[in-house]
Amino acid sequence: MYGGGYVPVGAEEPKAAIENPELLAQFEARIARGEKIEPRDWMPAAYRKQLIRMIEQHAHSEIIGSLPEGTWITRAPGFRRKLALMAKVQDEVGHAQLLYSAAETLGKSREDMINDLINGKSKYSNVFNYPAETWADVAVIGFLIDAAAIVNQVANSKGSYGPYCRALERICYEESFHLKQGHSVFVWLATGTSMQRDMLQQALNRWWEPIMHFFGPSDKMSQHTETLMRWKVKMATNDVMRQQFLNMYVPKIWELGLSLPDPQLRKDESTGQWLFTEPNWDTFFKVINGDGPCNRERLAVRKVAEERGAWVRAALSRADARYVTPLA
Amino acid sequence: MPILSLDPRVNRLQAEQVSDDQGPVLAAGDHWPSYQVFHQRRRGEKHSSVGIVHAPSSEMAMALAKEQYGRRGETSNLWVVCSADVLEMDYADEDVFRTTPSKSYRDPAGYKVNEKIDAFKAKNQG
Ligand SMILES: [Fe+2]
Ligand SMILES: [Fe+2]
Repeated sequence: MYGGGYVPVGAEEPKAAIENPELLAQFEARIARGEKIEPRDWMPAAYRKQLIRMIEQHAHSEIIGSLPEGTWITRAPGFRRKLALMAKVQDEVGHAQLLYSAAETLGKSREDMINDLINGKSKYSNVFNYPAETWADVAVIGFLIDAAAIVNQVANSKGSYGPYCRALERICYEESFHLKQGHSVFVWLATGTSMQRDMLQQALNRWWEPIMHFFGPSDKMSQHTETLMRWKVKMATNDVMRQQFLNMYVPKIWELGLSLPDPQLRKDESTGQWLFTEPNWDTFFKVINGDGPCNRERLAVRKVAEERGAWVRAALSRADARYVTPLA
Repeated sequence: MPILSLDPRVNRLQAEQVSDDQGPVLAAGDHWPSYQVFHQRRRGEKHSSVGIVHAPSSEMAMALAKEQYGRRGETSNLWVVCSADVLEMDYADEDVFRTTPSKSYRDPAGYKVNEKIDAFKAKNQG
């Protein structure tokens, strides 16, 4: 799961002009024809850089995203729910592995990516800096965060970089199970006792702002993305994806008699666009820059996992092992 | 002071907050080399490339590949090959194959004789 190829404020429009114009023309023509770029093809430095940033952030989001849900594995209500949650969390860690390898083909090692995750240089999706307080949070994450991630991932799977598309194809297939099992937990609570409904309503209220933040700042505020869209790195704008998500999922929340904490939220039937209160973007920037409720915990846990697992990896390592960039 | 969490498992870790000047936790090679994984769904079908795993040896790569690429759907067999042992053609050489699809003399479709036969028959009947 993942939100938005987050382009930081102040990022410059990639400067393609200074590169080899002939190779650049061939590269752009290939993308325009709908062909994929493969790892050892010539590519503009800005394309490589942005793809590494994006796929790496996506990988971090998967591995960090497994933490809030992982909290509830030992306390899942019943054996089947526990099996489903274990399977889902395992998938998310698997997604991280697939994505790290896609990013590796662009020349950054997995070790460097994880180092940059832990030292805070590299970001991950902001939603995972919030805690899963109750079992109903697991329902909201599994249903709505995964749904939002699917909107984003389906768009990205049609991008131009071959290894990323291949990883996303497998990921999207597994995400459909995440969405279904999340929706099942969600519906069970929504159609349960008044206490269960209440718990779900409160979780929805807590998660609505992070969900509205998920696709990143409004297009009005974000940086130029024309080049990234022409290169099929970014496939849809933040606002387009947010609208798609609202259109698909708000009705599924409302049909269960639940409410969302935004009195302005409604579909304008004349334009087909959803209207909503602009979420607080200062909060978004504060959290992404390290000051959310769980940022410190997430990074500390990741660091402990790497450090305390080191002796196992060292014991299994072989002196003659040789690293090469994976093929695809 | 260790991190305080809602999650009792995290509290048991006694994990400290990552410092602002955190250096690299991992050195190059700590996560092992990579292996390419080939998956066969059913007997009789071909093995297809499905992705990679990081592993210290082919035995470990196989164990991890079962977990990563065989955890749902059907699997009858897996192969793992160390990425360093694969020789890859250069994409820049792709053009050596550009004319291959037009080599009709290698194709059954390149040999059409019916017109000749029909013409022969028509002439000899007349
Ligand atoms: Fe995922
Ligand atoms: Fe997921």
